Amino acid sequence: MNVPKDLRYTKEHEWIRSAGGEVEVGITEYAQGELGDVIFVDLPPVGTKVVAMKTFGSIDAVKTVSDLFAPVAGEIMAVNDTLKENPALVNQSPYEKGWMVRIRVENPAEVGALLTSDDYEKLLGAHA
Amino acid sequence: MLDTATALKRTPFHPRHVAAGAKLVPFAGHEMPIQYEGILTEHRTVRAGVGVFDVSHMGEIRLRGPGAIAYANRLVTNEVGPTLPEGKVVYSPMCLEHGGIVDDLLVYAFGSERYLVVNASNFDKDFAWIKQHAPADVEVIDENAKTAQLAVQGPRAEEVVGSIYGDRARALAFYEAYVDGTGDGATIVSRTGYTGEDGFELYVPAARALEVWDRVFAAGASYGIRPIGLGARDTLRLEMGYCLYGNDIDETTNPLEAGLAWTVRLEKSDFIGREALLKAKEVGVKRRLLGLILEGARIGRPGFEVEAQGQRVGTVSSGTMGISIGRPVAMAYLEGDAARAGARVDVVARGDRIPAVVSGRPMYTHGSVRSPKPRRPQ
Repeated sequence: MNVPKDLRYTKEHEWIRSAGGEVEVGITEYAQGELGDVIFVDLPPVGTKVVAMKTFGSIDAVKTVSDLFAPVAGEIMAVNDTLKENPALVNQSPYEKGWMVRIRVENPAEVGALLTSDDYEKLLGAHA
Repeated sequence: MLDTATALKRTPFHPRHVAAGAKLVPFAGHEMPIQYEGILTEHRTVRAGVGVFDVSHMGEIRLRGPGAIAYANRLVTNEVGPTLPEGKVVYSPMCLEHGGIVDDLLVYAFGSERYLVVNASNFDKDFAWIKQHAPADVEVIDENAKTAQLAVQGPRAEEVVGSIYGDRARALAFYEAYVDGTGDGATIVSRTGYTGEDGFELYVPAARALEVWDRVFAAGASYGIRPIGLGARDTLRLEMGYCLYGNDIDETTNPLEAGLAWTVRLEKSDFIGREALLKAKEVGVKRRLLGLILEGARIGRPGFEVEAQGQRVGTVSSGTMGISIGRPVAMAYLEGDAARAGARVDVVARGDRIPAVVSGRPMYTHGSVRSPKPRRPQ
């Protein structure tokens, strides 16, 4: 299972890429495998304020729907619009082309509190 | 974490699923493949070529004895009496006295016997029900454990099954079957399915299951045959508007409101639930199970409410991506003016309203299946 070292993670199987006061958020390789074929990603418009640990969107896979939780509080600065046309990118490239939103972080300490790749791998180990 | 996996039954094909890289999940007490390559690909394989489902979780019950045929006809709403030609297969609900559906099943006419194929999730309940009502001259035989079942489905299914079982298999009409071989080695070759494509279901002795799997895959290699999981089985059946027990029908729904009036033979000899269904027909049904084709890309899930002009008119019973239709599809029980093809409604999806058009069933009409509603020959 691919768990890149340079990312942070949540228990809800999201990844967080931190850069210059903003974070990019997507779902992990494990999460996309569990969901199966993604057919729709419901994301909020740019400018939306999100609250840490609250839902900000959802992912429809053929078999199931899953909530997306904001890993940190902040404002949505960008949304990956290519997912509208091609939601399968979430399955094909979960850590790169399948990114979902970019959030301007309100409180940098929240980023520091997220799971490290080691923590997340342990979590996955518990699932196996 | 609870270790539930050890309590699950494995089908005889389990080693092939593991070898094919299946994602296995608990389903009706069995460890079943939900997908191999992905539901989208698998769905398209069945629509365009040929795919193979392990459906060994389905339950088989044989009725034997002098009263078997008459009893089968008393159990189910459709005609399965002595007039059925040899090898005919009939789809039918089996109802409670009050008209609610115990299960929906296939009934095979083999000589003086009737062979019933029921849903895995209902097997224990069905077996008890059938035992309980059986007259003294009918033996109710559980053949579940000794039977493995493969569904070979798709427009190329005839080439694959024909190359193994020959002209007799090729000559079968839809909803006809025969028994190949005798005794413990006998295989039922049945031209039936749950996908909207032409196809066959093979009931094979569990001991021979792997051999049959390998023969089917060898015969289908040049047609690109692939194993298909239960995920695609659901998207395929939903596009056809076929009912799934537990979602679209159950003990609180009757066959008339479920759009299964064609399976209810009120004029035949008496059967369990007849009186209630006669009354329901006289009074007229209040709600009807219809298809929905949704706009946008979001899926209407079971339990989502359906509205028309802001008024609640029904509830979604099944929903998924209509992969061959290119839009999300659903089935819903609808009331009043909304319960007609062409009506415009909204599916309420977690706060949002998704516009949808009500459709007859099937929603997908381009399948290779010869008749989407197989009927008894008249």
